[in-house]
This record gives sequence, C-alpha cells and structure tokens, in this order.
Amino acid sequence: MSGHVAPKSLYYLIFLALMIGTGVTVLVAKFDLGPLNNIVMLSVACAKALLVILFFMHVRWSSRLTWVVAGSGFFWLLILFSITMSDYMSRGWVPGTLR
Amino acid sequence: MLDRHAEHFPGPIHQPPLVANVDAIQPGVHAEHAYHPRLQHHFDDMEQQVEASTLGMWVFLVTEIMFFGGLFMAYLVYRWASPTGFQEASNHLNVTWGAVNTAVLICSSLTMALGVRAAQTSAPARTQVGWIVATMVLGAAFLGVKVIEYTDKFTHHLVPGPNFVWEGQYPAAAEIFYSLYFCMTGLHALHMIIGLGIMTVIAIMAWRGQFDSTYYTPVEVSGLYWHFVDIVWIFLFPLLYLIGYHYH
Repeated sequence: MSGHVAPKSLYYLIFLALMIGTGVTVLVAKFDLGPLNNIVMLSVACAKALLVILFFMHVRWSSRLTWVVAGSGFFWLLILFSITMSDYMSRGWVPGTLR
Repeated sequence: MLDRHAEHFPGPIHQPPLVANVDAIQPGVHAEHAYHPRLQHHFDDMEQQVEASTLGMWVFLVTEIMFFGGLFMAYLVYRWASPTGFQEASNHLNVTWGAVNTAVLICSSLTMALGVRAAQTSAPARTQVGWIVATMVLGAAFLGVKVIEYTDKFTHHLVPGPNFVWEGQYPAAAEIFYSLYFCMTGLHALHMIIGLGIMTVIAIMAWRGQFDSTYYTPVEVSGLYWHFVDIVWIFLFPLLYLIGYHYH
C-alpha cells in the first residue's frame, strides 16, 4: 500500500496548534468584541478543522478525487446555509411582503 | 489478472489463498499471481482497493456533514431570530467542562493518528492496540464529562419540556437553545458511542496482528470517522459554550 507515512513530529505539531487554537478561542470569548467575537471563534474553528482534515485525516496526501468529495461536502453545507439565510435575513425588506 | 478472477470466481468467499511471503515469489515468471492475501477479487491491486475504501468513507462522511449540517442550520436560524436570548442561555453552560472536553477530544485525535501511523509502519501489535485503547479511554472520558454536564442540566431544570425553568429575560429562546444543545451534543455523543464500538473491533483486529504496512485500511478508515466526530465538536464547543462567555 502506498499510503504516505507522516513523521510523528508533524502530528505533535498539529496537536499543539489545535490546543493553542482552543486556548485562543476561549480567551477571545472572554472579551466583548461585538460581531468580531463570532468571526474570531469561527475562523479559529475552521482553521482547526482544516488542520485535522489535511493532516490527521491524510487528505493532504490523498488523491484528487478525495479532495473533491471532501470539498463537496462543505460546499453543499455552504449552499444550505447561504440560501436558507438569504431568505431569513431578507424577510420584510420589501414592504408588504411576509415577515 | 484474468487468471486470478477465473480461479476464484464461483467461490462463496472472495478471499484469495494465503501467500506466505509476497516478496518471496519470483518476479517475472509468476509476477501476476503475487497478490496480497487481503486483496479482494474485484480490485486490481491493493492501491485501487485502499483508494476505493477511503473514497467510500469520505462519501459517508459527506452524508454525515449534511446530517449534522441540518442541526447547525437550525441553530443558525434560531440564533438569528434571538441572538441575545441565545447568549443568555449559553451563559449557563460550563465553559471549563466544555474546554476540558475539547482538549480531551484533540488528544484522542492525536492518539488515533498515531495509532494509524503505528499500523502504517508495521509497529508491533502491542503498540497499535496501545494507541487505539488510549483513544478509547479518552473517548470514554469525554462521555463521562458529558454525563456530569447532562446531570447538572437535569438538576437545574434546563431540560426542555414541562419542567424547564428559566429565570432570565428570554425563557422561550433559552428553551430553544437547550433543545438544540441536547440534540446537537446528543447526536455527537451517539457518534462517540458508535466510535467506541468501532474502536473495540479495531483493537481486537490489531491485537490479532491483522495490520501492517501492506494492509491497514480498517484502522485508517475508522480513524477518518473518529477525526470527523472531533471536527463536529470543534464547531459545537464555541457555538454552544462560548457565545455568552463575556457576560461573566
């Protein structure tokens, strides 16, 4: 089998990054930064998820097809969120329409 | 290649006969017969087989993304409807337990990755089982913390239903928040329990010495599942526990 064997040090490095990410999220959440709170927490969460997917889940060394399939999942999720929210967020914008 | 298929075609089990040492077979003359005992008859070679398994697991994980995605969508809609109510409700979750559980799950992802690596590098069965059992212990610790948290919610009347009591400003939003909290963390915990079951099987297989550098697909694919469950928690933790943290 031709699976890529990543060095242990890389796994420990990713682990460290994930732990630091968690610390940063908790720390930032202590302060009221308005909408920036959500942006920071979600950016850190996305970065952490990306590290797990790329390295722990070996997508970094997987075939193009795996990249496309994994990416499509998140792409469809984005479609779900964006189209649903475009409805909820725009309700009542046009006078006389359903709220 | 055709030979191999013909040889085994009508057999009820698609398991090729054991080849003691694949490398020992002289190259050239019978090279086309030198296949791995773990190779199923419908694949050309091990590489194609592992590619199919990995891809299959990823397709399953995409359906899982959409499964959890529906709950995240519900969360987004209701949080959009009452952002302050959600912050107030979130404030009653224990950030320390949530953070501890996040750390526990990240540790379990590390031990899982190292377990897969142990199989990849043909480490002794003891080492492979060690990492998998470590992963299971951490997974169980996560569930233990979840039990403490759920018990706390029950004693404080924070479980949605007739006994739900909320003394804050937004009782309706709080009840919706706790409904989502139990649905999302509950579904996640269910995945953890299933994960523990999978890891039990994998640990037994590893103990029997079934994995080495030439064949470790079951560990690899179960690892993908475990890491996915970790990713779900990576999003659940800030969205549920931290949105009202600065009120403290």
